[in-house]
Amino acid sequence: MPGMAVAKAQALVAGLDVRDADPAGDEAALERLAIWAFRRYSPIVAADPPDGLRLDMAGASHLLGGEEGFVADLAKRLADTGIAARIAIAPTYGAAHGLARFSRSPLIIVEPGDLDAQLAPLPIAALRLDAATVDSLRRLGVDTVGELAAMPRAPLTLRFGPEVGRRLDQAYGRTGEPFELVEAPELIRVRRAFAEPIGAPETLARYTGKLVVQLCEELEREGLGARRLDLLFTRVDNRIEAIRAGTAKPLRDVKRMTRLLCDKIETIAPGFGIELMTLTASIAEPLDYRSTATSLIDPATPDLSDLVDTLANRVAHGRLYRCAPTQSEVPERSVARIEPLAAPIGVSWPNDWPRPSRLLDPPAPVEAMALLPDHPPASFTWGGVRRRVKRADGPERIFGEWWVRDGELSVVRDYFQVEDEAGERFWLFRRGDGEDPNTGDHRWYLHGIFA
Amino acid sequence: MPANAQISALRDQIARIESGGKRARGVLPFGIEAVDRKVPGGGLALGALHEVAGGGNGAVHGAAAALFAAGIAARTSGQVLWCMTRRDLFAPSLAQAGLHPDRVIFAEVGEEKAVLACMEEGLRHGGLSAVVGELTRLPMVASRRLQLCAEESGTFALAIRRWRRMTEAADFGQPTASVTRWRVTALPSAPLPVPGVSRARWLVELIRARAGDCADFELEACDDAGRLALPAELANGPADTDTRRIGAVA
Repeated sequence: MPGMAVAKAQALVAGLDVRDADPAGDEAALERLAIWAFRRYSPIVAADPPDGLRLDMAGASHLLGGEEGFVADLAKRLADTGIAARIAIAPTYGAAHGLARFSRSPLIIVEPGDLDAQLAPLPIAALRLDAATVDSLRRLGVDTVGELAAMPRAPLTLRFGPEVGRRLDQAYGRTGEPFELVEAPELIRVRRAFAEPIGAPETLARYTGKLVVQLCEELEREGLGARRLDLLFTRVDNRIEAIRAGTAKPLRDVKRMTRLLCDKIETIAPGFGIELMTLTASIAEPLDYRSTATSLIDPATPDLSDLVDTLANRVAHGRLYRCAPTQSEVPERSVARIEPLAAPIGVSWPNDWPRPSRLLDPPAPVEAMALLPDHPPASFTWGGVRRRVKRADGPERIFGEWWVRDGELSVVRDYFQVEDEAGERFWLFRRGDGEDPNTGDHRWYLHGIFA
Repeated sequence: MPANAQISALRDQIARIESGGKRARGVLPFGIEAVDRKVPGGGLALGALHEVAGGGNGAVHGAAAALFAAGIAARTSGQVLWCMTRRDLFAPSLAQAGLHPDRVIFAEVGEEKAVLACMEEGLRHGGLSAVVGELTRLPMVASRRLQLCAEESGTFALAIRRWRRMTEAADFGQPTASVTRWRVTALPSAPLPVPGVSRARWLVELIRARAGDCADFELEACDDAGRLALPAELANGPADTDTRRIGAVA
C-alpha cells in the first residue's frame, strides 16, 4: 500500500521484512527476467515496468503444448524461482495487462469472443489510467470497465482528455499499441528493411531465404550453429508477426533453415505490408566442421536430425518421442518418453510375459466369472458382448509400488492373457489376489488387446 | 515357352515404364516359401505403400494389424517412424515383435491430415527404413502422394487402417494407390496339452496386390524378430489324424 507508514505495516503483519525501495535494481531485474522469457518462451517480449512482462504469443505457444501448456510452464518456472506470478492471455495487450492484475484467478486465458464479458467486471484501475483520473471517475460513480465503455465517448474526452478513450480502445483492440522489444545484445541477428512494403507469401519466402544465407555466413564466422531461430516481421501498422523454429542439433544449413521457416510462412498475416524482417539466432551453440567421410566397413547411419526438426515444428510439444523402459512393473508406468534423438539406450522391456499391442487407458471394467483365488475367468462381458474363454495364461502378479505411493502398499493386480472362441486375445486383470480384500476389491478389468 | 517369355518381357517393360526409369528397389520377403510365392515379386516391395487392416473387431482396435506392421518394420534395418492419432499403442509389444524401442520414433498428432503430412515427411527424408501410419481414411490422392514419396526414397510405407466403428470398415474396399493390401484376423490358436496359450495364429489375407492375385494364409504371429511362421501341422504336410501330435511352442 503506497504511502503507508512502516510502523503501521509492521503492526498489521508480524515479522514483516522491511527493505528500502530500489527502483533501478527492480528495473534491471525485470529486464533480466524479460531476457530469460525471450530465450525460453517468445520471440516478442518486452519489460513492462514496474512489475510486469509482456509476451506476444505469436509463433511461440506451439513449442510448449499450446497456450495451456505455455501458461502452466511459465507459472511453474516462476514459482520455482520464488516469484508469485499472475498470468493472463488475451487478444489485446490492454486486456491481458488488466486481467493479469485484477482478475480473480491468477491464471486466465481469454478467447477473442469472450473478451467483452471478461473485461466488463474489471475495475477501471485495470485500464492503466493515472490515479487522478481513476479517482474522479469513481466519484462520478463509474467503477467498472464495462460501465465506462458504455458511456458516450465525447463528454468523457471533454472532461478527462483523450487518454481514457485511448486506453479503452487498446483494451478492446480497436487501436494498436507499439512494442519496445527487449534486446539481448550478444545475439547474431540480420535484418532487412523494405522501401516498399511486401506481403505476398512467395516474396516473404524469397527474402527469408536471403536472410538465412546472411545469417549462416555470420554463424559460420563465429563457429556457431543455431538451436533456435526467430523470424520477426514488422508490419507497416507497427504490429509484429513472428515465426519461431527450434532445432534438435545446432544447425547452419541454408536449405534446412529456409525449409523450417518457410513451412510456417502461411501463419503470417501481412496486413497492409511488411517493412522490416529480422532473423535472429536466439539460441546458438558451437558447431564445428565434421568430416563426413565414413570408414569403408561401417555403413553410414543416416542423420535424422533434420527430419526430427521438421516434425517437431509440426506436432505439439512432447508428442514426438521415443519410448524407453522404466524401472516399473506396472504396465502404464513402464514406458517413458525420451527425446527422439537421445542416445540409444540399448535395453528393452523384459520379454518373459507377453504384452498387448493396444493398452486401454483407463482399464475398462468387465463382468467376469472366475474361480477364486487364482483361476482365469471362464467368461467375461465387455461392451455388452459376452466372450467365453477357451484358453488362458496367468496369473502374472504385479504388486503396487509402495515406494512410489503410500496407497499402493498392499495393492495387487493379477494379470491373465485369455483367448476367446474366435481366437481374439485379451489382457485382463483382477484387482486383488483373490483372497485378501485388502489387496483389492476383486473386480475385473480389461487392460489391453493382443490381437 | 516363347509365349511366356514374351509376356514376361512385356511385364518388365511395363514395370520400367511405371517406375519412371528408376531402378527396382527389391523386395522384403516374408521368409515363408508358401507366402512369398503368392506375393508378386516374391515379397513386399520396398519403396512402396502397403496397407494393413484388422478383420472383425480388429478393424476397430487394429491390434493384430499393428503387430503385423511392426513385424515387417522390424525386419527392415533402420529407424522407423510411427505416426498416429490415438494414444493406445503399447511400445513393449512392439519390442516383443522385434522392433527395439531405440529404433522407433513416435509422432502423436491431432488429426488424420497431420498423420499423412508426417508420413510424407518421413518418406521423403530417405534416412528411415520404414514409415508406419495409423489412418482411418486414405483417399486416393493422399495414397498416391505417399506412394510417390516412397518410390522416390525407397522407404517402406505401411498404412495401418483402423476405424471408429466396424461398419465403417467397408471403406477398405475403396481403391487406393497402395501396392498390396492385407487383412489380419485372429484365429483360434493350437491347443496345448497343458493349460496356457500357444503362439497366436492369424488369418493373413492378401486382398489386393498390384499385378498379382489375392491369397490367404494361416500363419503364426510374429516372433521376437518379427518373423511369421507356418503352423507346424501345415509346414509338415497334411496333418496326420491317427497319431497325436504335439506342436512345438515358441
